[in-house]
Amino acid sequence: MRRVAITGIGAISALGRNITEFWCALEHGRSGIGPLETVDRTKLRFQNGAEVRGYDPTEYFDEKQADFMDRFAQFGVIAAREAIKDSGLDWKDVDKESATILTGSCVGGQCSEDLGFVELYKNDRGRVHPLTIARTMANAGASHISMEFGITGPAYTISTACSSSNHAIGQAFWAIRSGVTELAITGGSEAVFSMGFLKAWEAMRVISPDTCRPFSKDRTGMVLGEGAAMMVLEPLDKALARGARIHAEIVGFGMSADAGHITQPSAEGAARAMRAALRDGKISPEQVGYINAHGTATQVNDPMETAAIRAVFGEHANRLAVSSTKSMHGHALGAAGALEAAATIMAIRNGILPPTAGYRQPDADCDLDVIPNESRKKEVEFATSNSFAFGGLNAVLAFRKL
Amino acid sequence: MPDQLTQRVLNAIAATQRISPETVTVDKSFKELGIDSMDGINILFALENEFDITIPDELAKQIRSIQEMVDGIRKLVLEASAAKAQGQ
Repeated sequence: MRRVAITGIGAISALGRNITEFWCALEHGRSGIGPLETVDRTKLRFQNGAEVRGYDPTEYFDEKQADFMDRFAQFGVIAAREAIKDSGLDWKDVDKESATILTGSCVGGQCSEDLGFVELYKNDRGRVHPLTIARTMANAGASHISMEFGITGPAYTISTACSSSNHAIGQAFWAIRSGVTELAITGGSEAVFSMGFLKAWEAMRVISPDTCRPFSKDRTGMVLGEGAAMMVLEPLDKALARGARIHAEIVGFGMSADAGHITQPSAEGAARAMRAALRDGKISPEQVGYINAHGTATQVNDPMETAAIRAVFGEHANRLAVSSTKSMHGHALGAAGALEAAATIMAIRNGILPPTAGYRQPDADCDLDVIPNESRKKEVEFATSNSFAFGGLNAVLAFRKL
Repeated sequence: MPDQLTQRVLNAIAATQRISPETVTVDKSFKELGIDSMDGINILFALENEFDITIPDELAKQIRSIQEMVDGIRKLVLEASAAKAQGQ
């Protein structure tokens, strides 16, 4: 089986418009969470989100092109452009027929759908915009990336709520490892800030009234985020042969289903996915030095995840560094795994582990080394990144420093 | 006999849980009625609609029993009618 290298990364999020800004914020423990600007927050019980502030599509797309794309698809293309440029590939030499695009998105272009419903039900107009379907479909991100880069191989989108990106990246990794594809653009994108969708989250009573404080005893819930991260995956031998700069190696992918409850997570299910990722990467638990946690800061997730990590890593859990970068880029749902993969890769590459921001009080039920508030210089060889979705679908990725 | 407000709370719980109203009484625990945390959130939604009130998350988190739920709703309904009277 072939080894798989990550040769390009791109990201757009509340932490900045590119991977450099993204990493700079994470490294300094700076959160992108703030008062919502793109929706009327006076109508909401919560006020804060992790938005891509001041975003103007015409900085990235001509007007006609932007008309055809929801914000989530635009974010996907912007991150893919950066990742491909970052890979140093000479695009004219790339065999586009053997390249794959695999994206994750939880809710696709629901902002466009929401606008259509406002026209229909609120403004009482008898019609919605004819591009509503093309903007709303969750595969639009993958489709626009394929069109922009002329990629004619397999391209599809995985939608497994908060695990979407990890499932997508994992499938892309396996496709290269097994020889099905020679190049993959993979990651996820999401744009969550529409009134209808925010109201649905409000009704679930899991959104924090202030900020996201994962693993902290005084945590008050999650904070939604938006954005995209994409990466370029190649067979390691080919990447080395062309003299590519390699960010890290992707070595393991594990999945599981809780088969339990539609919203209540199970530590057993989460642990099964972590074990599967370690097994897939032939990694022993003691080799792992850092976990980028799912860490949503809900009452339920963080103790569940702590229990799952303890079950998998045993005594080694006391020496493991674990942080939730959702405390800075927010919970970007279908893009969460991609942003967190980017954070994990940059962490092992730079030998700096990003912190859990907003942390204030130790919680006996979350008794892990959560890297409170300040990043830590530490070389780690192996790191994993957890995603656990509503619906009980779990996906875990494992990376290695090269 | 429970008073009218209590009965409306119990009916909302029964309707949300899809169980017979006779089985829901103030002395039952959430566990006895098979109410998990997501069911609890569905019940809060039903109660907000039934009484046309907003139940703040902070208050919702403190509710541990049906009696506390009834007491909390009574307080919010009284506050809402007082606010309405003041507005008039």
